[in-house]
Amino acid sequence: MDLSYTPAELSFREEVRAFIRQNLPDEIRAKAGLSAYYEAADLRAWQRILNDKGWAASHWPVEYGGPGWSAVQRYIFMEEILQAPAPEPLSFNINMVGPVVYTFGSQEQKAHFLPKIRSLDYWFCQGFSEPGAGSDLASLRTSAIRDGDDYVINGQKIWTSTAHDANWMFCLVRTNTTGKKQEGISFVLIDMATPGITVRPIITIDGEHHTNEVFFDNVRVPIANRVGEENKGWDYAKFLLGNERTGIARVGLSKGRLTRAKRLAELSQTQEGKLSDDPFFRRRCIEIEVELKALEITALRIIDRQRKRNDGQPDPASSILKLRGAETQQATSELVAEVAGPLGLAYTHGGKAPWRDFAADDLTAVLGAVPNYFLARAASIYGGASEIQKNIISKAILGL
Amino acid sequence: MDFDLSSEQSMLKDSVHRLMTQRYTQEARQRFMAEPEGWSRDNWRQFAELGLLGLGFDEDLGGFGGTMVDTMIVLESFGRGLVIEPYLGSVVLGGGILRHAEFGARADMIAAGADGSRLFALAHEEEGARYVLSHVSTKVRRTAGGFVLEGRKINVIAGDSADTLFVTARTGGGIRDQGGISIFAVSKDQAGVTVEPYRAIDGSRYAAVTLAGVTLPESALVGTIDEGFAVLDRAVSDALAAVCGEAVGLMEVMLHTVVEYLKTRNQFGGPLARFQALQHRAAEMYVATEQARSMAIYAAMMAGEPDDRERRRALSFAKVQIGKSLHFVGQQAVQLSGGIGVTDEYIVGQQFKRSTAIERQFGDVDHHLSLIDAIDRHS
Ligand SMILES: Cc1cc2nc3c(=O)[nH]c(=O)nc-3n(C[C@H](O)[C@H](O)[C@H](O)COP(=O)(O)OP(=O)(O)OC[C@H]3O[C@@H](n4cnc5c(N)ncnc54)[C@H](O)[C@@H]3O)c2cc1C
Repeated sequence: MDLSYTPAELSFREEVRAFIRQNLPDEIRAKAGLSAYYEAADLRAWQRILNDKGWAASHWPVEYGGPGWSAVQRYIFMEEILQAPAPEPLSFNINMVGPVVYTFGSQEQKAHFLPKIRSLDYWFCQGFSEPGAGSDLASLRTSAIRDGDDYVINGQKIWTSTAHDANWMFCLVRTNTTGKKQEGISFVLIDMATPGITVRPIITIDGEHHTNEVFFDNVRVPIANRVGEENKGWDYAKFLLGNERTGIARVGLSKGRLTRAKRLAELSQTQEGKLSDDPFFRRRCIEIEVELKALEITALRIIDRQRKRNDGQPDPASSILKLRGAETQQATSELVAEVAGPLGLAYTHGGKAPWRDFAADDLTAVLGAVPNYFLARAASIYGGASEIQKNIISKAILGL
Repeated sequence: MDFDLSSEQSMLKDSVHRLMTQRYTQEARQRFMAEPEGWSRDNWRQFAELGLLGLGFDEDLGGFGGTMVDTMIVLESFGRGLVIEPYLGSVVLGGGILRHAEFGARADMIAAGADGSRLFALAHEEEGARYVLSHVSTKVRRTAGGFVLEGRKINVIAGDSADTLFVTARTGGGIRDQGGISIFAVSKDQAGVTVEPYRAIDGSRYAAVTLAGVTLPESALVGTIDEGFAVLDRAVSDALAAVCGEAVGLMEVMLHTVVEYLKTRNQFGGPLARFQALQHRAAEMYVATEQARSMAIYAAMMAGEPDDRERRRALSFAKVQIGKSLHFVGQQAVQLSGGIGVTDEYIVGQQFKRSTAIERQFGDVDHHLSLIDAIDRHS
């Protein structure tokens, strides 16, 4: 048992830090400091930079374009990205669809899709949820009926994040309506330019456009775009969600927010003095820090165990990471919003103060913190809501 | 001991409730928000007709009488309807200055406020104030005939709609001293006054008010020079008690909406309401709402308490409980709604935004915990 990084790992961390410092474009860096959102173009630009370096798909096998890092190196890499903060490589591509394609896809699919998934030439969105199939995903009804070499798809997806930026979707469709509902689902890749697809925006509680409804009206998708076997899509989806959950703790993101809250608290004056000297505030920061430390070590333990088992099966303990990860993301977004105090009452959109310009190093940088807090409420809803994670733990681990 | 409403209070409650159910549907509310001022003048006239705008002012001053309990009743209904009109800003806060300060134009202003022809705003908050009520850096220069004001105020509720702004400014003392604060009545079209409206996180309309060499006559002074803090403190006490009432109304509707949702949303072959984890969560929301209701009543009873220490301590108690309950009920209402809870359109999301704003208005939980602690340590 050894919790410290080896000298080699430490120098790897330095290498990653230096790379981010030297290569993250200034305008992208500036947005992170101002509670502003990254644009699609920012994500594309940054992922290309990472891909050119061979770092876009940190946990993929080398043969598919991964860098061949150890689990610890991968972890260090993600932490450095999140703490910088820099945009994460697009999770839909790198954590979700990529591993499904290289694990269950055909040779042709691997050769065609994987390089484009890495480079973000293909931007994938996730077409799982439907109006009637949220937590109960297996009840999904969007249908795919065979017609010659195609499936003809009809139905509706909802909450499809980034569908307005994406040119591809990985989608769960119903290919069989008899028998157990889990056994009639297939996993298909859909070109968003196919006729019959309509994308309609959903504006979220922060006033921004992140997510969508997607409608399918007789959309023809080649059967060749199905990944794996017909009616086995549920297994691939479970594999994918297990991967999603390991990546979802986002400890680095929360650490970055905590640092930001502390820095901004230096600029805020309570009745007694600086907010950063306030014992209530300090204790809350420390409590979050303790929780983050525990979460970080738990994440490493689960990664280590998965690596040693090496059976590709999802680990139900990854529910801990989703559960506590969402909570700490929420706690830290809340902390920044609290630091904002009454300034947080002003609604701002993408980095402009209502009454004057503001800069990252003055107190008005807290503007926008409250909409961020609003959106962070979604972290305990998407990717399997917290209640569902608790159900998984109580059933799959505790046998209740 | 009696927690029942009087028959007049029951009538008031019924009439405001009727107004809400008739006029304040969700679609109507969107329309009101889209009006030029971000709220509806037509509703304001209705409020005037019902006597709501003169509520809380003594009859000998041109008001309709009424206590903080009456104001709480109105605000509770407004919370349920998610009312966007600046009642809090104009009638309770601006009106609070009129209630607690004595000056020449007062009776005329109260009458004009009560009939709806005139709106008021308190222009007090400043960028560096955080929640410290005595933080005032706006400068005053004395001249032969009066005063010249210089400074910037933010988060002024309905600052662009108000005819008269009550501006706090420093005539003596240091930036956070309670002594040396004075209040001035400033007309918004006075030379040197710039009002920049903006949207608040709860969808209501705020403004930043910049005062650049605003020249005022002697008569613009509201109350006694250097002693404005006492008036400000009383006005804010009233407003704090009022938002406690609004918070209770909000929590009630959030809970109600969620309970209905759990009964009708089907997942895993039946309604969500059959999951005990969710039943217990809803039960906790109910408990939090009732605890808050008790403290809203306490706040309404104590808002008029003349002893500063007693009043401040009681109101801080109320705001701590209200803040904690709002936080829990608001977050859980979103959580139990699932994805729809985090959309801009859904009513629960909008109610959650208003809850989040109330958590901050007149001080958050930490601020009031510190105030209580300071009071207790110094007595
Ligand atoms: C911002 C955002 C982005 C999203 N992005 C995507 C995306 O890109 N692609 C995609 O496919 N989906 C996406 N989702 C959808 C997300 O996965 C669903 O919202 C989620 O699965 C919950 O489903 P629901 O919203 O229908 O809520 P419901 O399933 O209706 O749940 C409502 C509430 O009931 C609880 N509940 C449900 N079942 C149980 C139970 N058995 N026991 C106890 N409690 C229960 C839930 O936890 C929740 O609190 C996104 C959602 C959001 C909010």
